Amino acid sequence: MSDTRPASSSTGSVRLPGRPDVDTNVPLLSIQGLTKDFGGLRAVNACSFDVAPGSITGLIGPNGAGKTTLFSLVSGFHRPDAGRVYLDGEDVTGLPSHLLFRKGLCRTFQIPREHKSMTVTENLMLVPKGQIGERFWNPVLRQGAVRAQERRLREKAREVLEFVNLDHLADQPAGAMSGGQKKLLELARTLMADPKIVLLDEPGAGVNPTLMGRIREKIEQLNRERGITFLLIEHDMPLVMGLCNPVIVMNQGSKLVEGPPSLVKSDPRVLEAYLGGQYAALDG
Amino acid sequence: MTALHLAKSALLAVPLWLLISSLLRFKPSWLRHLASLAAGFGVAALATLAMPPGILSYVTTFILVACIYAVLSVGLNVQWGYTGLFNIGIAAFYAIGAFTSALVTTKMPTGINASFTKQLFGLGLPFWVGVLAAGLVAGVLAWLVGKPTLKLRDDYLAIATIGIAELVRLFFQNERWLANGPQPLRGIPQPLSCLVGDGCSWLPGFVNSFFAPLAPRDYPYVYVAIVALVLYLIYRVLERAIRSPWGRALRAVREEEASAAMNGKDVAAFRMQAFVVGAVIMGLGGALYAHYVVSIDYSHFDPLYGTFLVWVMLMLGGSGNNRGAILGAFVVWAIWSGTSFVVDAIRPTLAAISPSLPARGPYLRLLFISVLLVFIVLYRPKGIVPEEKVVSLDRDT
Repeated sequence: MSDTRPASSSTGSVRLPGRPDVDTNVPLLSIQGLTKDFGGLRAVNACSFDVAPGSITGLIGPNGAGKTTLFSLVSGFHRPDAGRVYLDGEDVTGLPSHLLFRKGLCRTFQIPREHKSMTVTENLMLVPKGQIGERFWNPVLRQGAVRAQERRLREKAREVLEFVNLDHLADQPAGAMSGGQKKLLELARTLMADPKIVLLDEPGAGVNPTLMGRIREKIEQLNRERGITFLLIEHDMPLVMGLCNPVIVMNQGSKLVEGPPSLVKSDPRVLEAYLGGQYAALDG
Repeated sequence: MTALHLAKSALLAVPLWLLISSLLRFKPSWLRHLASLAAGFGVAALATLAMPPGILSYVTTFILVACIYAVLSVGLNVQWGYTGLFNIGIAAFYAIGAFTSALVTTKMPTGINASFTKQLFGLGLPFWVGVLAAGLVAGVLAWLVGKPTLKLRDDYLAIATIGIAELVRLFFQNERWLANGPQPLRGIPQPLSCLVGDGCSWLPGFVNSFFAPLAPRDYPYVYVAIVALVLYLIYRVLERAIRSPWGRALRAVREEEASAAMNGKDVAAFRMQAFVVGAVIMGLGGALYAHYVVSIDYSHFDPLYGTFLVWVMLMLGGSGNNRGAILGAFVVWAIWSGTSFVVDAIRPTLAAISPSLPARGPYLRLLFISVLLVFIVLYRPKGIVPEEKVVSLDRDT
């Protein structure tokens, strides 16, 4: 097994409080030379980087840099044309989403994709793996066991909803929630899964500052208390710079710069490709 | 009340008992069933006494056919209502079920009949084996159709199923060695027909003497009880399966496929399961039909009766709700049967407009039912009984 493990990156070693057993030298997620073409357009171009276990890694870059496409490649929505993806040292390139989920990789969507007509609680109860009631014959023949498991799931869903402060909406259809609440629901769903790593696609987009503060607080708390690793795409620079370390900047499909926020912020290449352009546009 | 009334009431009490006990909610369930059985018998006895025998027999046949359609509608509900699979070839699974059960339960024709009827199997197996075989074969057909198409976009499943339905029908029309096509396959045995004949040797004498007043033409009274029981069993099994993580996952796949996949659901597998389960139920419906009409041929499974009416039933009743699916079958079958009286009644008017019109009257029924479908989609898209909000198991149990 060890020879399939990719070389570790020196940038990502983060100490995990309370989790000394985690080997921080092996990246939890390693992306190597990932490439994806859509017709004539190369959306992701030989992109490589590592995500260290226990980190909150930020992924930023101008629109069209290939961030969301990269997420789709890593989470099994698209197959890469070239390159490999390693999860915890295991080659998971091209695996379908549901198998990646079972290996502990969760992903949220830029535009929330909740199950609209199902209640918030049901949206959460759907998530956990190993549900015996998902086999057609079990609810018919072993209703007792299914009910017992459902009770546990409902209890867990209640706890998660309390954690993200959505418990007052438990029995509402998910489609009736506000945009920000849907973002929280996306985060809550990943909590039902006990993931190793969560890919968050713009958790702050379209969310008011108060709610944003809460989402940020929850991410930090989950990272600190449960050791969940986060890789997140975000355009809100104060949020990224305050929350993430390291920060990876993508441009034109590949990694441009990686480093701690303070360095990334002042890197001339980043200023030119992304931050500078943005601020220049605001100024001018 | 004569012995004949009593026998008819006892048989008609079965569908009524199952209906009433499904509508009531109180526990314990044995008490509910007992009360429903008593109420069902009461209603059946009143109906038997109040209605002239001809009307009663019409009503019985009506319930019987509506129950068979309800089986198909409930099967479609698993595919379309819960999972969003656009199957417009219900007739394929309906036909394959009907022919399968017919072929394994009939006896191989002998003597002079052998030169008129060609068929495969002819195993003379009991009714229930035929019904199970029908479900099995329909399920296998669904798996074969689903394997290449379910991973594609919805439209491809629609195209594939409509094609398969035509293929199955034409196959039974043209292949004489298989099921005597294009001639009807005759002599399909009727379960418990001994009750209306010489008595069943394996039943205790008092049961036989209780049903002795029934003549062979009263067989629908026996069969309506059997069909209602099968429908009830299917309904109960499905309700359990749907109010569970399985049903929840199907709904999740229907509403937001990408999200279901990202939450660890094997979308292709769930779609396949729903497609096969729905098809098995349609196959059972086909078997029930075959043993009712005794003689079947390819023309029974045309797109109108085999597919279109079932779709209207589900849409009207309420897709995503099994009770709605069953109610829709009864309502639409009532409308469909009723329009034949309407067309008869306006025959003179049609003749006054143009002499050739009365002959084309039956097509008016199609017009009515199509207009009905348009109105459902426009004004009542969720049907009479809309989908329930929560499909997970009840909180208190």
